[in-house]
Amino acid sequence: MKYRIQQEAREGTMLLNMGPSHPAMHGTTRIMLELDGEKVVNCELEMGYLHRGFEKICESKTYFNMLIYTDRMNYVSPLINNTGYVMALEKMLGIEVPERSQYIRVILNEFSRVCDHLTALAAMCMECGAFTVFLYMMKAREYIWDLMEQTTGARMTTSFIRVGGVRSDFPADWKETTQIAIDETRKVLKDCHGLMSKNKIFLNRTRDVAVVTPELAINYGWTGPCLRSTGVNYDVRKAFPYLVYDQLDFEIPLGERGDNFDRYMVRMQEMEQSLRMVEQCMAKIPKPSSPYSSDGRGLDPAEAISASRTKKPGQGIRLSPNLEGTEKGKYPGILAGKKYIVPPKEDTYTNIEGLINHFKFFMRGHGIRPPKGEVYFSVEGGSGELGFYIISNGTDKPYRLHLRAPCFHIVAALEELVRGHFVADIIPTFGSMNMIGGELDR
Amino acid sequence: MSDWIIILIKIICALVWFLVIALYLTWVERKESAVIQDRIGANRANIWKFRVIGLFQPFADAIKMLFKEDFTPRFSRKFLHNLAPFVSFFFVAITVSAIPFGDVLRIGGREIKLQIVDFNVSLLFVMAMLSLGIYGIILAGWSSNNRYTLLGGMRGAAQLISYEVALGLSLIGLIMVYPSLKLSAIVHYQGELLWGWIPKWGVFLQPLGLLIFFFAALAETKRVPFDLPEGENEIVGFFTEYSGLKWGLFMFTDFMEVLIIACLLTTLFFGGWQVPWLYADGFHFPWGGQWLLPHGIVVAFQVLAFNLKVFFFCWLQVLIRWTYPRFRYDQVMDLGWKLLVPLSLINIAGTAILLSLLG
Repeated sequence: MKYRIQQEAREGTMLLNMGPSHPAMHGTTRIMLELDGEKVVNCELEMGYLHRGFEKICESKTYFNMLIYTDRMNYVSPLINNTGYVMALEKMLGIEVPERSQYIRVILNEFSRVCDHLTALAAMCMECGAFTVFLYMMKAREYIWDLMEQTTGARMTTSFIRVGGVRSDFPADWKETTQIAIDETRKVLKDCHGLMSKNKIFLNRTRDVAVVTPELAINYGWTGPCLRSTGVNYDVRKAFPYLVYDQLDFEIPLGERGDNFDRYMVRMQEMEQSLRMVEQCMAKIPKPSSPYSSDGRGLDPAEAISASRTKKPGQGIRLSPNLEGTEKGKYPGILAGKKYIVPPKEDTYTNIEGLINHFKFFMRGHGIRPPKGEVYFSVEGGSGELGFYIISNGTDKPYRLHLRAPCFHIVAALEELVRGHFVADIIPTFGSMNMIGGELDR
Repeated sequence: MSDWIIILIKIICALVWFLVIALYLTWVERKESAVIQDRIGANRANIWKFRVIGLFQPFADAIKMLFKEDFTPRFSRKFLHNLAPFVSFFFVAITVSAIPFGDVLRIGGREIKLQIVDFNVSLLFVMAMLSLGIYGIILAGWSSNNRYTLLGGMRGAAQLISYEVALGLSLIGLIMVYPSLKLSAIVHYQGELLWGWIPKWGVFLQPLGLLIFFFAALAETKRVPFDLPEGENEIVGFFTEYSGLKWGLFMFTDFMEVLIIACLLTTLFFGGWQVPWLYADGFHFPWGGQWLLPHGIVVAFQVLAFNLKVFFFCWLQVLIRWTYPRFRYDQVMDLGWKLLVPLSLINIAGTAILLSLLG
């Protein structure tokens, strides 16, 4: 079989295969190029190297099981994916989420967005040759991930946002950690502005390269920072506010020309706005419904289970916050919708009703069973509008699930953008699109 | 007979100096980049648990490269493929023969010049050898028979040839000021004083020439921001098909070029081994004081001054390498042909006018 580009190849040009194993292709895309010297005459993009059949798998998994698959879509900002999926379900089930967990979601979402932008720009800068900027941005991400790790217990596959709220509350000292993360990220952003934003070499390489007009961007279905770089003011957080975004004061940075530099700059400014939002949330977040335990130490999961088994009558048990559904006392503050949350473990291990609840939740054919119908819900993901479209037939599994992955639409425009430019322009163009394999190929 | 022995000793000393410093430049590069990037850097190589801030790392690297599989792809042109790294290496290594490390050393009634050979046109020789190094890149790029390396070789050839022009032209003004092509003579001229107190270094007489030379020389070293022939995120580089020691030779050549450029900058623009106000018998300060020194100490001062200046410029080049992003191919050409070459022509004209006005 010959590729289109091979059939259309002109006389005297060179065909060059870039990827899927190429340093700038992030491992999962392939671009076939027809080159005249260094100029790209024609190119063909091939994606799907990371296709894992996410949408098909979802049809055979229960709604609760599917949550862990969403972690693996955009693996740089898994919390946003969690939020998108969970909120689609909540829309279906009609659950009102407690205010504190809405704020927790916003804080984690905005931090995830900062992580996402940091990673995208770091890769873009590194591929332009600025390795130092790459490591600076990775450093900032570590500080943010400190909070994520303390809160969710994981760095990447968080599965933290649950139907009805969040899995657990922030740790006791979260405000300090958050403040450190904000300050360090601000410092790094300042450094990176100094190293890149006014750098003549970087400007030359990215200004007026791969220009996208607003019409073209809309025709391709672009969303997120890439769309906003062309000057179109569309942000899901403003257009269709969800969670508590309508109570927060933030701006939508817009670009003017829609070139690589604007895509870079919009992301840089969005990170600043995200940090502002986190600060506002920190000030506004309601008090937890129950005070943190004074000893500040939970038990290991294994220890907790054995402790609960040997419980003497009249003696309270203490479970680790790592354990799913622990500490009933905290539930009202962060989880709502009694039927759709994992039953508290302390009940499961101590009384028969709790055990039955537990089985009713996890058994096939039971658990979360939304009413018949379909729902679309979108959140503002790292690289654009992340939408979940779910058709329910009343069972505990979706009839069909479709993910609107933002970077699929953006990367689709790559062929058109790099044509007529140099080989070296492909790299920042591709980098500025923030291609995430897990989300693109699903 | 004894002349030959002296020359042999000089060759060995200069080469050992050159190779050891270039080897440790890899360490400097790793550590300096680590400091810039808030990392620790290579510090694990040890001999009997002695780590000494990673100072053994270059040797560990060298041993690793020696023992790696030396793979020659089936589809390459074997002879040329094997020849390329040596061409690259040889033409850079040979330039060290023209670099003056110090003035004359007098031992037992003999006068030994601290320079391997001091011939008439040593400046031309250095430039010629540096430009011959291009062949290594072209050969590597072409003989690998791989499209990425071909692109790298093409880029390398175009870039180096165009910067060779700016590099050569930027030195014309210098040659007009110090009327000689002999590196040792140029250094001697820089020992004089301007208005009785400023040393007559190239940096004061040819500031524009220095800038052009520095930029062009950075491009010659093929490192970021001018690392287009390599461009690891774009075309992976002209040495994609090399492995083991042959790849190591290419990398090592880059570091040797950094060192040679630092030597040339020192020699041409920063007085070489000259220390301000130090003469053959000691310091004579412009404000009247003097500090007389024995001959041996004076020579030691000179060699030390040369080394310190060279280290400074090595450090500066590594700093630049870890600060800037990469140029694009056409922009490098623009910078070379549209900025550096016209500027160097202006420099030549300006120097000529000034010289004729001053008589």
